[in-house]
Amino acid sequence: MTSAAALGRRPFVPALLGFGSLLIFILVVEILIRVGVINRYIVPMPSQIAMSFGRVISEEDIFGRFRLTFFEALSAGALIAVVGISIGILLYRVNLLRLACETWIAALASAPSVLMYPLFLVIFGRSALTIIMMGFVAGLPPVILKTLEGLSGTRRVLINVGRSFKLGPTQMFVKILFPAALPTIFVGLRLGLIFTLINVVGVEFLINFGGLGQLINDLAERYDLPGTYAAICFVILVSVFFFIITERVERWLRPVD
Amino acid sequence: MAEAGRLKQTDVPKAWVDPVTQVRIAIILTILVGWELLAQSGLLYRDVVPSLGKISLAIVKLLSDPDYYWNLGVTAGEIGVGLAIGGLSGLLAGIVLGANRLLRRAFEPYLYYLGPTPKIIFFPIMIMWFGVGPGSKIAMGVISCFFPVALSAAAGMQQIDKVLIRVGKSFRANAWQMAMKIYLPAMRHPIINGVRLGLGVALIGTLLAETKLSNRGIGFLIIQAYSLFDMPRMYAMLIVLFVLAIGANAVVGRLGGLHNIQRN
Repeated sequence: MTSAAALGRRPFVPALLGFGSLLIFILVVEILIRVGVINRYIVPMPSQIAMSFGRVISEEDIFGRFRLTFFEALSAGALIAVVGISIGILLYRVNLLRLACETWIAALASAPSVLMYPLFLVIFGRSALTIIMMGFVAGLPPVILKTLEGLSGTRRVLINVGRSFKLGPTQMFVKILFPAALPTIFVGLRLGLIFTLINVVGVEFLINFGGLGQLINDLAERYDLPGTYAAICFVILVSVFFFIITERVERWLRPVD
Repeated sequence: MAEAGRLKQTDVPKAWVDPVTQVRIAIILTILVGWELLAQSGLLYRDVVPSLGKISLAIVKLLSDPDYYWNLGVTAGEIGVGLAIGGLSGLLAGIVLGANRLLRRAFEPYLYYLGPTPKIIFFPIMIMWFGVGPGSKIAMGVISCFFPVALSAAAGMQQIDKVLIRVGKSFRANAWQMAMKIYLPAMRHPIINGVRLGLGVALIGTLLAETKLSNRGIGFLIIQAYSLFDMPRMYAMLIVLFVLAIGANAVVGRLGGLHNIQRN
């Protein structure tokens, strides 16, 4: 008799169980809605949601909206990369500044910065700039902290090799410190990009402006239930796809132990 | 002559405050002075950057307003209920997934990838399911905090010393006894860490939902101040909220002994 632990070791069985359970859940919801146990005016049938994907793609210009969201997230991502890594390097170089600011930045990372969006609306107006700046503020702390961690965690032996070659401060940074810290910096960038994407889509939804977030808001206000669910599924798929890609890049950059 | 060979500590005058504190004070002063200069310069539209005096007055007014505490109570209640439901269900899901290798490998990827998706997009669905009242805000708190607690609990289960589990089994402990006597005490720190993360995201989920559609709570007050263009009040509310959020985060961390882990 095959035990659960033995089944867990076979690569296809867990994936099959997970995906199969999801399909069964969807099927049960479909049946419950069809027999009237779940109100179809509150929860649309999964088959209706699947059918509305084509309509949402063709009529709501979902790819144009995706491009806009992607552009906003990319702009905020570029900003967090440039500013975050620069601040991280500055804090690494000036130890006193690091001692003074590191705990503040860590506290900022746990602060609900997205709630500042009304303030950003006043400063930047109801525009893409507000969304980009909100994404920037949310994604900045992890990049700073991880850059600092990566540079500080450079192995002593690598620094000694650099010293034995009599490298100057700039050469030491370019040839030793930065390459050694790059995997950790990318972990920070990945975290920062995740926070940025969450905030970009969230603020688009809240201020009803921009790409995918606005689409969900629009469809919900029109009470297009299957369309709303389909748009939410699309955003989830985009997010999951984004996380998988960044995770792969992170693994590729990580040194082999 | 023995005195001559003895090392004498030189009397270095001690600074009034240590250099780190001096830098911190300098940074804070620079920000405050820069802010005040910008406020007085008239470069920005009136009250976009209010003077420090106006913000301080708004904070005093806010903290002496009983209506603010009522709304704070509403938000705290919604977050508390959301955290309790989402935290307990997340804990249960984490324990089940952590205890079974097959279930963990089957369902953990879904939790892992759904966890960081923007939860606010579920708000229209929550309104349809639970109405425009506190129910939909509580639901936002629940779905926000479920994922970090479940993932932390599942990871915590993996880290439990196998000897402890064998001891429990050798005493023929049933599932409830195993959970209460072995799993939960051994997973204390990962769970508290998950609750701390969950509290942060539940707070954001609930408050954002309040800013979108509500007639009570701190999120509603913030968006009301924005609608009335009462900028000093908005700044005051954001400052008080940030202090409360960071304080709550620190308190949960200290209660769970996370501070001691980091120090040791």
